[in-house]
Amino acid sequence: MKRYSIFAVAREAARYHTGWDRAWASPEPKKKYDAIIIGAGGHGLATAYYLGKNHGIKNVAILEKGWLGGGNTGRNTTIIRSNYLQDPSAAIYEKSRSLYETMSQDLNYNVMFSPRGVIMLAQTEHEVRGYLRTAHANAQQGVATEFIGPEQVKKLVPIINIHGPRYPVLGGLWQARGGTARHDAVAWGYARACSDMGMDVIQKCEVTGVRRENGRVVGVDTTKGAIDCDKLGIVVAGHTSDLAEMAGFRLPIESVALQALVSEPIKPCMDVVVMANTVHGYMSQSDKGEMVIGGGTDGFNNYTQRGSFHHIEETVRALVETFPMISRLKMLRQWGGIVDMTGDRSPILSKTPVDGVFVNCGWGTGGFKAIPGSGWAMAELMAKGQSPLTDEFSMWRFREGKFIDESVAAGVAH
Amino acid sequence: MSTRIQTGGRLIDRTKSVTFKFNGRKLQGYAGDTLASALLANDQMLVGRSFKYHRPRGVVASGAEEPNALVNMGEGAFFEPNQRATTTEVFDGLTATSQNHWPTLEFDVGAINTYLSRFLPAGFYYKMFMYPRAFWKHVYEPFIRQSAGLGKAPKQKDGSDYEHFYAFYDVVVIGGGIAGLQAAKTAAAAGAKVLVMEQTADWGGRAVVDGAEIDGASADAFVAATVAELQAMDNVTLKTRMMGAGVYDHGYLLGYERVSDHDPSLAGPRHRLWRIRTAQIISATGAIERPLSFAGNDIPGVLLASAVRDYLVNWGVSIGERTIVVTNNDDAYRTAIALKQAGLSVPMILDARKSGGGALAQQARDMGIRVENGKAIAKVHGGKRVTAVSICDQAGEGVVLDTIGCDAVAMSGGWSPVVHLYSHCGGKLNWDAEQVMFRPDLTRMPTNQNGQGFVMPAGTANGEMSTAATLADATARALDVVAALGKSAPTLTAPTAASEDAAAIEPVWMMPQGANIKLRMKSWLDYQNDVKVSDVQLAAREGYESVEHTKRYTTLGMATDQGKLSNINGLATLSGALNADIPQVGTTTFRPPYTPISLASIAGSARDEVFQPIRKTPMQDWHMANGADFEPVGHWRRPYCFPRAGETKAQAVEREILQTRKSLGLLDASTLGKIIVKGPDAGKFMDMLYTNMMSTLKVGKCRYGLMCSENGFLSDDGVVARIDENTFLCHTTTGGADRIHAHMEEWLQTEWWDWKVYTANVTEQFAQVAVVGPNARKVLEKLGGMDVSKEALGFMEWADGTLGGFDARVYRISFSGELSYEIAVPASQGRVFWDALLAAGAEFNVMPYGTEALHVMRAEKGFIMIGDETDGTIIPQDLGLNWAISKKKEDYIGKRAQERTFMVDSKRWKLVGLETTDGSVIPDGAYAVGEGVNANGQRNMIGRVTSTYYSPTLGRGIAMGLVLDGPDRMGETIEFPKVDGGSITAKIVDQVFYDKEGTKQDV
Amino acid sequence: MLILECPYCGVHAEETELHAGGEAHLKRFGPGSSDDDFENYLFMRENPKGVHFERWRHVNGCGKWFHAARCTMTLEVFGTYSAQTTEPPKDICDKISAKRPGWSWRNFS
Repeated sequence: MKRYSIFAVAREAARYHTGWDRAWASPEPKKKYDAIIIGAGGHGLATAYYLGKNHGIKNVAILEKGWLGGGNTGRNTTIIRSNYLQDPSAAIYEKSRSLYETMSQDLNYNVMFSPRGVIMLAQTEHEVRGYLRTAHANAQQGVATEFIGPEQVKKLVPIINIHGPRYPVLGGLWQARGGTARHDAVAWGYARACSDMGMDVIQKCEVTGVRRENGRVVGVDTTKGAIDCDKLGIVVAGHTSDLAEMAGFRLPIESVALQALVSEPIKPCMDVVVMANTVHGYMSQSDKGEMVIGGGTDGFNNYTQRGSFHHIEETVRALVETFPMISRLKMLRQWGGIVDMTGDRSPILSKTPVDGVFVNCGWGTGGFKAIPGSGWAMAELMAKGQSPLTDEFSMWRFREGKFIDESVAAGVAH
Repeated sequence: MSTRIQTGGRLIDRTKSVTFKFNGRKLQGYAGDTLASALLANDQMLVGRSFKYHRPRGVVASGAEEPNALVNMGEGAFFEPNQRATTTEVFDGLTATSQNHWPTLEFDVGAINTYLSRFLPAGFYYKMFMYPRAFWKHVYEPFIRQSAGLGKAPKQKDGSDYEHFYAFYDVVVIGGGIAGLQAAKTAAAAGAKVLVMEQTADWGGRAVVDGAEIDGASADAFVAATVAELQAMDNVTLKTRMMGAGVYDHGYLLGYERVSDHDPSLAGPRHRLWRIRTAQIISATGAIERPLSFAGNDIPGVLLASAVRDYLVNWGVSIGERTIVVTNNDDAYRTAIALKQAGLSVPMILDARKSGGGALAQQARDMGIRVENGKAIAKVHGGKRVTAVSICDQAGEGVVLDTIGCDAVAMSGGWSPVVHLYSHCGGKLNWDAEQVMFRPDLTRMPTNQNGQGFVMPAGTANGEMSTAATLADATARALDVVAALGKSAPTLTAPTAASEDAAAIEPVWMMPQGANIKLRMKSWLDYQNDVKVSDVQLAAREGYESVEHTKRYTTLGMATDQGKLSNINGLATLSGALNADIPQVGTTTFRPPYTPISLASIAGSARDEVFQPIRKTPMQDWHMANGADFEPVGHWRRPYCFPRAGETKAQAVEREILQTRKSLGLLDASTLGKIIVKGPDAGKFMDMLYTNMMSTLKVGKCRYGLMCSENGFLSDDGVVARIDENTFLCHTTTGGADRIHAHMEEWLQTEWWDWKVYTANVTEQFAQVAVVGPNARKVLEKLGGMDVSKEALGFMEWADGTLGGFDARVYRISFSGELSYEIAVPASQGRVFWDALLAAGAEFNVMPYGTEALHVMRAEKGFIMIGDETDGTIIPQDLGLNWAISKKKEDYIGKRAQERTFMVDSKRWKLVGLETTDGSVIPDGAYAVGEGVNANGQRNMIGRVTSTYYSPTLGRGIAMGLVLDGPDRMGETIEFPKVDGGSITAKIVDQVFYDKEGTKQDV
Repeated sequence: MLILECPYCGVHAEETELHAGGEAHLKRFGPGSSDDDFENYLFMRENPKGVHFERWRHVNGCGKWFHAARCTMTLEVFGTYSAQTTEPPKDICDKISAKRPGWSWRNFS
């Protein structure tokens, strides 16, 4: 792999950039792999990457029905934070956040991780108590957060209206090393690194069946023919139920639409990410200058990648109230993605009833921030059969009543 | 230079001049001008700078597709960035400034990027800025952010008003050109209720500019007659300055009406967002011309051929004195002809087609215009404006044959139907190789709730390019829609137009065909985002082969015009680079809105005080008048406390508590949920709802009860009163009323629908006041009318009666541990009753108290609070509430769930009281830590505080918390680390801190 | 932005009038049921790409719960019907069969 650097760019400039290699190869599938990952989104590619990097398993194929990074990886609002309340969540999200810190260097691909800080606003007394609880928990979990007062919020976000007549800002949970990253670059960077390790990233290859013998996976059927494998990771977000059915088991998953929108770009006016959960909206400014805005999910099963406009309306109304100066900005584009929601809104990273089949799903509205941590943990689970990061996220927890519920402390899963 | 010519301009009124400012310079225009036409009339060719290289940018189009002419509009509370000059009607006093440059538009330091452009190809930022690591946040990113962005950020709160409008139609026609008008007329004649919207201020679209002939008369005459006809029909609504912004499922359509953008002095809202439900939509949205990709096609003075024609015909503005026309189709000849007819010079028409054009080409030649077939532009010369064009063979590599001086270039790469609205809800397209365009595939139309197609493209938007075909298609498609509505076709004579003898368009995606890399690096696809032919080719070379990859890697089509000019050219360039057919490569997804719409219009009028409804108790006015400090609780705002002059909130809370415990306090408890459960099976239902046995509750008695979700978790609590054999009144928490009522209805309607039970949420029918304190009875006796003695009304009993003349229901219940009555009166009498209590209580120095005093007093008493001791993960057993869980019942909602392994795990944290060893208050939310760390390196935690307060009654910090093995560890101490270092030691104690025996409440 | 006809009050209700209530025709399992049955009842959900049966409440309207048969890929609504039934009515199933031959959902087809 030709390393990326300013010198490489300069060298290529001399020959009008005609010498760049492909970022990833475009191979035909081999007959057999040690491991197949279904889904070349961020989570799937990261799983493959850490299988190779951490566990030396490099005979790996990543199969993608469409184009890599084309699902929720390329549709989310790119917020990265780890200020979760429950131990298992804090562990995997903080692992993830810390991997983001060095991802550009690890992958030699600038994913533009921007630790600009994330504030979750407290706008009711109940929220204040909830975030104080999270701050205390985070202190013991090794997650650097603090609860700050309204004046500090205003200092960090000068455009905010802390004296809103309806929901004044009472403070906020501040994670200084949370932030954003360039979503597409995460998928592309991992794909390039996987390809460089000799793994096969195979796009436009849809899995149509999971082949089993004696309760164990032996391969998959695809639109590019049958492919054998010893281990299979299903990492397909909103389409997990379909794949699980092919493998012969069920999951506590429902697929719903989540929407986001961006404004037209303007010069820098907001340097941190702000989440306002009482009024349901969150916003950051991209490096391009667009205000990136997200809100809540639809309540019904939906695979159209389109959502209902009233959610956009509620979100925009909440943010115009919170940031009055955005009122005259214009919505440039709105879109939707399909997210998979579990019974407790926390993910599933788990073995399954089928030997050799592992599943990573249920990230709901908060998957992007988890990509490297999820890949790291999933790779460990697939390689060793166990990972402390995934233990609590088993698919059997619902039967035991052992939920990981992040909604408890005024928190949301975004 | 661009200028206003002496005659012409169908849209301007030369008798009404308007004055506006651009970059501080005072300029004149006419009523009817757009900002773009007015700027061009003043020779303002340079209007902005591009996003990445800060290249000089001029107007390139004349409508919604414009990528370059974006300005900062207005000032102060009326400031708006990124306003598109081509769709902004000029008005007296308009102020605008150009964007994305420093220090000035003419001299922009950022333009250095254009010299560095060779080092800044597509995706360069993915390959560099990685070292040293900290530099991204502190050096590179701030620099990139500063040079990116376009317009300035508004500083002030918006000074304008906005509103929403709801409307319902059978058919909405989007686009007021000849196709839209003809389709509307057809649908309306069939009796459909029709709305026609046109995004500009004027009807007619392209046909009136191009001088089409319809039914032997001018298109203008046809348009005027048809509009008049439609206006006369009761079932038709016509709207200009209204854009079809987005199509959503089940016939939901957004119409974006710019009510007063063109004249801010008008009263009323600035924008009105129409939320329309319609059975059918006719998308008569026309087509957009494509640029051609040649070196220097971004220099100010290079415009779309149609735009050059628009400025001339509509606004009497010539872009240049000498205009070179370059094309791959016949339509651009119209521009040459129009220019020539206006007395302007057209030195040459370069037709990239070897065999040249049809009838229009002949007409041009007949007018003496030099037409060169098979020729192309090798390069446009100039910097901030065009100075000359070098000519080459289209089939070659760009060897310059000649260089001709000129000051404008009119280009046409063909037309793309506007398929956005058709595509928003999943309409599919086909590639029409003959016409070189994507056009709607009517067999794969977006479908509505009935599975029926509901967005019908018509006319040019459906790929019909000639006037005759457009009109015929508009009629036919409208008849399709009429049939879909189940109406019968009207009898109409369809208008006719002469057929046109046009030569076929030829695909020309690069000019010249064999352009070398140097030329390709100067051939722009996306003007605003600075994406060139070479960038798309680089993306393809690097493996970003999916059209979405290319778009995202190069940012092609991601600018504020969303690729209206660039997408098809980019796509074709990509397919060329991949050696694949265009349809194989596919398109990116069309998403709403068609052009950007204001966030304010989406938010509508719900701002500030009316952002969300506020629920008010009958006593709310008293609270406000008496200095209450409010906290939001759901949609209510409850008094947190009532601070007096000079008092802090903490001092107020302390005073309220002490006075209540000493003498008398009043709480407005009206927000508490009150739900009636009634019917022969009410008892049976109550037993399923509550963990307690409620069916055995005697009439006249009250019982505290717990409700769980089916998942086992404690969801709400409150006191239940049995009103009569068949009637229960359930009190819920303030936040729980609606939720619990919905919960009851869900079970009754969907599981036990054969049970004879009715529920009613009567929360707002009653005002409720808690009269609390040792003097509570005395004050009620003073009001008189009811026997409220211990004997007549014991603890946990209720009675109806007349109290001080008020119809009252008195519950003897206590959430504070004091002697306490909660009294419900009809809501209409609430305020008077409250005043009466205050008057009667004056001698006891009565004090209203707020939610914080309520919380502290219940914590002193060890009562749990939903939302504090519970958080959705807590079962009643965790809170030592087993006494409230019936052992006799076979079933209740949540019972099965509570039998699961983790629910019966002895290691679940249990509720205890906590007393700090030094009397201080444990911080809210603190966790108690044990020994060591877990497998993920996190400190092992053994408990957490759930409620923690300073108790004025006890003069020390008290708390409740959930602790591992808590009830078995009474008297032991545990550590609560503070977030800022150090820790607090607390002793595990009984959770009841005040009046453990309960004697005070039962007197 | 869905529109569903409330089978009780007959109103063509806007999505904003409605509350989505998840999978329809669940059978409740209470005390004494197996872990499997209880987990299935509470958590395992049909999540098909295509025909789906679901519960809705006309919450900002008549307040009644009802059932809808809807396609999750196109959002086409095949019909709405009473919540007080344990299976989809025949006329709705027939209507679906006409539009989506060979459909199945749980043990219905």
